[in-house]
Amino acid sequence: MSGSASEADLRIRFERYDDRTQPARILPRYRATQRRNPAAAPLDFAPGLGEIAGPVFDPDLLRPGENDLAAAAGGGRRALGQLIHLSGRVLDEDGRPVRRSLVELWQANGAGRYRHDADENSAPLDPDFIGVGRTMTDDEGRYVFRTIKPGAYPVPDSGNWWRPPHLHFSLFGTSWMSRLVTQMFFPGEPLNAHDHILNAVPDAAARERLVCRVAENPLLPEPALGFAFDIVLRGRAETPWIPG
Amino acid sequence: MSGGRLPPTPAQTVGPFFPPLLAPAALSDLTRRRPDAPPARGEPVRLTGRVLQEGGGPVANFVVEIWQADCDGRFDHPADRGNAPADRNFAFWGRAATDGDGRYAFRTIKPGPVAAAEGGFAAPHIAVTLLGSGLMRRLVTRVYFPDEPRNEADPLLRSIADASLRQRLIARRVADPEAPPGTLSLAFDIVLRGEAETPFLAD
Repeated sequence: MSGSASEADLRIRFERYDDRTQPARILPRYRATQRRNPAAAPLDFAPGLGEIAGPVFDPDLLRPGENDLAAAAGGGRRALGQLIHLSGRVLDEDGRPVRRSLVELWQANGAGRYRHDADENSAPLDPDFIGVGRTMTDDEGRYVFRTIKPGAYPVPDSGNWWRPPHLHFSLFGTSWMSRLVTQMFFPGEPLNAHDHILNAVPDAAARERLVCRVAENPLLPEPALGFAFDIVLRGRAETPWIPG
Repeated sequence: MSGGRLPPTPAQTVGPFFPPLLAPAALSDLTRRRPDAPPARGEPVRLTGRVLQEGGGPVANFVVEIWQADCDGRFDHPADRGNAPADRNFAFWGRAATDGDGRYAFRTIKPGPVAAAEGGFAAPHIAVTLLGSGLMRRLVTRVYFPDEPRNEADPLLRSIADASLRQRLIARRVADPEAPPGTLSLAFDIVLRGEAETPFLAD
């Protein structure tokens, strides 16, 4: 017999997302959203052990240097573009660190081109940039990436909608309920105000939480733009998590 | 902890360029946690299907992630306070990207029943997360097993009054030439919108 947490317990730990602070699912200017989101309302159900538990990744999953996208192509040359030192913390809703949790990152290169077969942008590929990185948070929930600032790029067949520079983040947290995939934007970018994806989040304060802030550069004397980006995953302090 | 709740960071779409490097073939085989370890215990399952959008067209470059218990219904996670240890050779979580035909495939094992919030047990099932271009937030659903008597008592399936809707959460048994003998071959198509739309769960 399993000793799972009670239903009341789980409801407190993992409240449903507040729709004002999450993006609308169907967007007028993003056509794929109209064909790929269900018409029916989702089924409500009470989360059980299968929802509160979540994937635990082996610490030796990662090779050294996977968090350095600027050098990851391995050719000895740094990727083209403005070098960035990006750090931040992954926290739960009570501000407690999410420890030893996998963080995946991917992005376009400095010219706004992804190394992906589906990217038909005519901007050049950079032989010294792959655009994929991974890391694990430490005991304070902290992560660090070294990368380059991605370029903006046009969305095909969109009437000249340009995506502002952004990084894609994938996080797991401690629970199946805390899984999050999001995008990080840069402060002061004029395109931010026009982006249909960022602005799909109705609440202005919530949108602001997707924009990183300027921070120090701990890589000095190597010149790099310093940015900080904290991420809050769903889940509250009762989340049972004993780092192993 | 008083007040001070931090609002969760908003989700954003994965977009059309999820890197193949983050969906290597090894991640779609949950029976091997690592190449040098013994395979997981349990009945081998091959789960395949297609992701389809409104109008029935396939969706390529979609990310399908599955999450499930081991063959005894256990998780390798501190929230599982049961006595029996979880199968450390099982991966519990996997990821596959859909091909140009919208097709995904996983190798896994049939999970045991898992404690449900209501106090009973959820019938053996696989939780599915979908991410991809056009999804600003993830979609979640479950795959249940065909010819499984425990489905009758499953709290989620029981909550669905419409039998045809309920049936859409149950995989079909199929002949699968690529599956080794003794493997339970299942098909589960995911219809994102439109006729025969897959039921999705609140998140």
